[in-house]
Amino acid sequence: MAKTTVHAATQEKRVPEGLWLRCPGCENMIYRKQVEESFGLCPDCQHHFRLTARRRIALLADEGSFEEMLADLRSADPLNFTDRKPYAERLVEEQKKTGMLDAAVVGKAFIKGRPLILGALDPDFIMGSMGSVVGEKVTGAIEKAAETHLPLVIVSTSGGARMMEGIISLMQMAKTSAALARLDDAGGLFISVLVNPCTAGVAASFAFLGDIIIAEPKALIGFAGPRVIFQTMKRELPEGFQTSEFLLEHGFLDMIVERPNLRSELAALIDYCGK
Amino acid sequence: MAPGPILEFEKPFAALEEEIQGLEKVQAEQPGDLSAEVAALRRTLVEMIRKTYGGLTPWNLVQVSRHPQRPLARDYIDYFVSDFKELHGDRYFGDDAAMVTGFGKIGGEKIMLIAEHKGRDTKERVACHFGCPHPEGYRKALRAMRLAEKYALPVVTLIDTPGAFPGIGAEERGQAQAIAINLMEMARLRTPIVSVVIGEGGSGGALGIGVGDRMGILQYAYYSVISPEGCAAILWKTAKLAEAAAASLRLTPQHLLELGIVDEIIPEPLGGAHRNPRDMATTLERKLVGFVRQAKRMPLEKLLARRYERIRSVGKVVSDPAALVALNAAAAAEKAEAAPANGNLPLDAN
Ligand SMILES: [Zn+2]
Repeated sequence: MAKTTVHAATQEKRVPEGLWLRCPGCENMIYRKQVEESFGLCPDCQHHFRLTARRRIALLADEGSFEEMLADLRSADPLNFTDRKPYAERLVEEQKKTGMLDAAVVGKAFIKGRPLILGALDPDFIMGSMGSVVGEKVTGAIEKAAETHLPLVIVSTSGGARMMEGIISLMQMAKTSAALARLDDAGGLFISVLVNPCTAGVAASFAFLGDIIIAEPKALIGFAGPRVIFQTMKRELPEGFQTSEFLLEHGFLDMIVERPNLRSELAALIDYCGK
Repeated sequence: MAPGPILEFEKPFAALEEEIQGLEKVQAEQPGDLSAEVAALRRTLVEMIRKTYGGLTPWNLVQVSRHPQRPLARDYIDYFVSDFKELHGDRYFGDDAAMVTGFGKIGGEKIMLIAEHKGRDTKERVACHFGCPHPEGYRKALRAMRLAEKYALPVVTLIDTPGAFPGIGAEERGQAQAIAINLMEMARLRTPIVSVVIGEGGSGGALGIGVGDRMGILQYAYYSVISPEGCAAILWKTAKLAEAAAASLRLTPQHLLELGIVDEIIPEPLGGAHRNPRDMATTLERKLVGFVRQAKRMPLEKLLARRYERIRSVGKVVSDPAALVALNAAAAAEKAEAAPANGNLPLDAN
């Protein structure tokens, strides 16, 4: 598959241009190639840089095992929405920028020899927001997992529902959740992996409906964004508020897993829960 | 009694009403027959309201949905839910005043009522967080739904929230998780669920009690993925463009009906529910009883299959780029035709 070339192109957008870059975690200047070769981690402080959906899948799936499903879905512009530019135009621009048709990739894969349905959201494509295409792909993945009796793993990063699709994007929350109800009734396993950032409509639907919920370290996870909460509360937010560590402490995560260990942790969990 | 002039476009009504009252006072104190004049003024008033409400912009509609005198969930409970037995608490953390749950009867039908409540006076509004539920509110609602399922009672939900509460405690207690669980459980709850948006249908906060078999919306209520102010703040970096955002989001009942999100628009009294809450309550009760009876008539398995299909089918995706062009052109044409001033709402039934 042509995925390797796509990674190379999109990876450049994820980690800033140039040989060297400044890490937002430790502020050290680090060698870019070293970040790319080490799971998108800072070699000094292990800061987890954001990954595109395709890079994420390449890091999780056994080499060459990923077979993409629903690859050609595109979103319509049901509201004929225009903000600073028409939504239809914005979609085309985002497609050019990212090499993706929308913000999700789903398909069948193997992780350490274990077959599964695997999906990932893309933080580059309109902030990983969920419109019709993300909703349809995630729902399709869930239904495929139910039909094939394979475990389901979705790596979620999203700013929430996609405003430009209005109420239709809100309904994708209900759609993905309804599909998960059926998967659950069928005894299927869903492991949800939350990565930075995962908020609003995606957090308040399928991402928090995992049988097991995992997060990467220091990810921003929550319902409302910190700025909105600050405006409502009119006081400083607690230290570490809405981080993975905060959520673990409050009982909303099963575990925090560093990116290099994610593959082996998923494989081990699947062995406990798979049939 | 008519309310005071709260919204800018209501001010002319109030001026005319004052004039009518003045004439009536004169009529009572002095000889001479002014009844013809009064009747003429009343006709003018009705015509004026009808005209104004016929041309409401989406933003005006949002304003009406938030009108301080608009009937709230507890008003409707008082009007038409008999033998209401309120149930409190989520059994984990607390009792959220923004979410009212309990057994009750409408039109002789036993139901489980779940309603978002904003509060009327300042004290109650603060206690209700202005109608923004916390996680314990959604968990209380889920507890009520499970009881309803156990005893085969239809669930009736009344939606009226600016959104789920965005606060520190709400996040600490898992606002996202609480809403997510409700979406999943409502999709498979083995009893009928019918919902009506009675005021504001604010995003996930509304959807958290809004998944079901039948969805109605009052004529001057809205339902949106984000508040117009929030949308404007994100897209145009200023909340002042809320009016433009309201038009772009297609959040009016007519748009929602066209998009297939709601099944029915429930007409409001002339000039909005706040001008005649009793009439509004009568209409709403009749509709709810109809929804409940209709849902009850359907065999449960068929009902659940239809509920899933209803939820599953929402979304506009295509695989063929050529089909996309056609679809978008159709959406553009529909928008141009449906709402030149974005204000072509159906005229009320009065
Ligand atoms: Zn670093």
